[in-house]
Amino acid sequence: MFKRFVEWMDARIPMTKTWNIHLAQYPAPKNFNMWYVFGFLATIVLINQILTGVWLTMNYVPSAEGAFASVEYIMRDVEYGWLLRYMHSTGASAFFVVVYLHMFRGMMYGSYQKPRELIWLFGMFIFLVLMAEAFMGYLLPWGQMSYWGAQVIISLFGAIPVIGDDLTLWIRGDYVISGATLNRFFALHVIALPLVLVILVFLHIVALHEVGSNNPDGVDTKKPKGTVPDEEKPKFKFHERFTSKKDIVDSIPFFPYYIIKDMFGFGVFMFFFCYVIFFNPEMGGFFLEPPNFEPANPLKTPEHIAPVWYFTPFYAILRAVPDKLFGVILMFAAIVFLALLPWIDRGKVRSIRFRSVLHKLNLTVFAISFIVLGYLGTQPATPVATIFAQIFTFLYFAFFGLLWFYSKREKTKPVPERVTSK
Amino acid sequence: MSNAPVDKGRRRFLTVATSVVGGAGAVGVAVPFIASWNPSAKAKNAGAPVEVNIRKAEPGQLIRVKWRGKPVWVVRRTQDMLDGLSKIEDRLRDPNSEEPQQPPYAQNKYRSIKEEFFVAVGICTHLGCSPSYLPSGMGEHVEGVESGFFCPCHGSKFDIAGRVFQSVPAPLNLVVPPHYFVDENTILVGEDKGQA
Repeated sequence: MFKRFVEWMDARIPMTKTWNIHLAQYPAPKNFNMWYVFGFLATIVLINQILTGVWLTMNYVPSAEGAFASVEYIMRDVEYGWLLRYMHSTGASAFFVVVYLHMFRGMMYGSYQKPRELIWLFGMFIFLVLMAEAFMGYLLPWGQMSYWGAQVIISLFGAIPVIGDDLTLWIRGDYVISGATLNRFFALHVIALPLVLVILVFLHIVALHEVGSNNPDGVDTKKPKGTVPDEEKPKFKFHERFTSKKDIVDSIPFFPYYIIKDMFGFGVFMFFFCYVIFFNPEMGGFFLEPPNFEPANPLKTPEHIAPVWYFTPFYAILRAVPDKLFGVILMFAAIVFLALLPWIDRGKVRSIRFRSVLHKLNLTVFAISFIVLGYLGTQPATPVATIFAQIFTFLYFAFFGLLWFYSKREKTKPVPERVTSK
Repeated sequence: MSNAPVDKGRRRFLTVATSVVGGAGAVGVAVPFIASWNPSAKAKNAGAPVEVNIRKAEPGQLIRVKWRGKPVWVVRRTQDMLDGLSKIEDRLRDPNSEEPQQPPYAQNKYRSIKEEFFVAVGICTHLGCSPSYLPSGMGEHVEGVESGFFCPCHGSKFDIAGRVFQSVPAPLNLVVPPHYFVDENTILVGEDKGQA
């Protein structure tokens, strides 16, 4: 019965073929470590956001008059509304946690290097859309932080010479942030950007499956055809789409092996995720900020305003510069440089395991700068904090400058022919 | 079927011409989508002027009203505040209000029509937060200055005439909206005198 159904389907749509190419007979390097679960987790969180998001729209009212009250209505009166909302708000932060770790994995193992530049670029676009999505979603509860946070971020575009003022007016649709802004952000947040996000994720995976995954050793597991004796090939069946052009070594099928591993990672992730949802949904003011429990008041700015934690590294860079336009430029440059990493890094060795001490140091300093900037972005801009922000902004950008400089003639360790794990 | 040779030049011309016309059409279709983001007629009309009654304002008090959705302040300044204005001019970016941040009738030392009453849009010229009014205690942020406005977001500082201090993120003085005195006790914010 089932077999006949599959045959009926396969004659009309490539069902089994797609399953085999992308899962059951898809070769993935056998030496993935725990850093490789975050792509899977990002997908899970995306599904969580879409699902809970759809359910939230069923009770949310996108208007300046009704938004704040409808969120409270969801929290108090809708059955399990509190859970759906906390899953969504915690999911937003969780998304950035896993995406930042996923990006750092790529930086450590050189996953952005040739031939995976396009995967990295699609990833950076996903990151950009994700930031827009999070920013617009944060306006929707129409609390004090929603309002003034959006006011500050939209005003950033006012720094652009000549067209700046008209551009901010166009984005807001009003002379200040108002119901018009809220409604368009709602439309973009629930329809336009999720669509773009899903398409980009699709392209990210299509590009990945074309060239295959990198691995912690940064060694190719697809060798030129005919160079590997049969007894050294894995005893798994891989789809001929992969085996016809290359000899596959040191690989295992994605399904069931890596699905099982990812499910374990998912369990660990859920442990933390549930802790936040059930015991600490505000996460000490980092996931949901205290001023946002007050309705938006266009006449009064909260004493201290800061974006949610995942924007604070870039916000700290913005504040570190005492000039409006240059601050905005530098903030966007922080992301552009990251996107250009495949061309800034001129090295041929991918993994940090075989790269120079200088590179290890450089990447460590970069990671520390990112975290310190993230912390500084949550703090009031005192003169001391500003000086620290300037120092770490410099170190953040120095990473790219140094990398470009030394990667051309870097003293690397010999890279093995095959992956190092047994 | 004709066996005439393909006229490549003609084919090329037609392809280009079709593409150009099609492209113009696409641009045309984009217009309503982009233009619909502009402020609606309703939002534009909401810019009606507001009256502020200042009869009961105490010296040093700030009255906050909403005009075009923005906070507008009316501060009744004390003589001490006014006296302090000329002492700090070397520490300001634009002490003489040369940038067009105010109507011509407020382009003076006090940035106001009557010395006592300062009218300004309470939005920081940096990134649009609303600064805090500090009738006293501004000295904590600027040495030797008693009163002024301090923006909590990014630390911009303004004196009691809304003039921006040097080395802060805000580039310009606070905006003085068009306004005039209807009578002794009433200010109309949003219109110049004599305007319909």
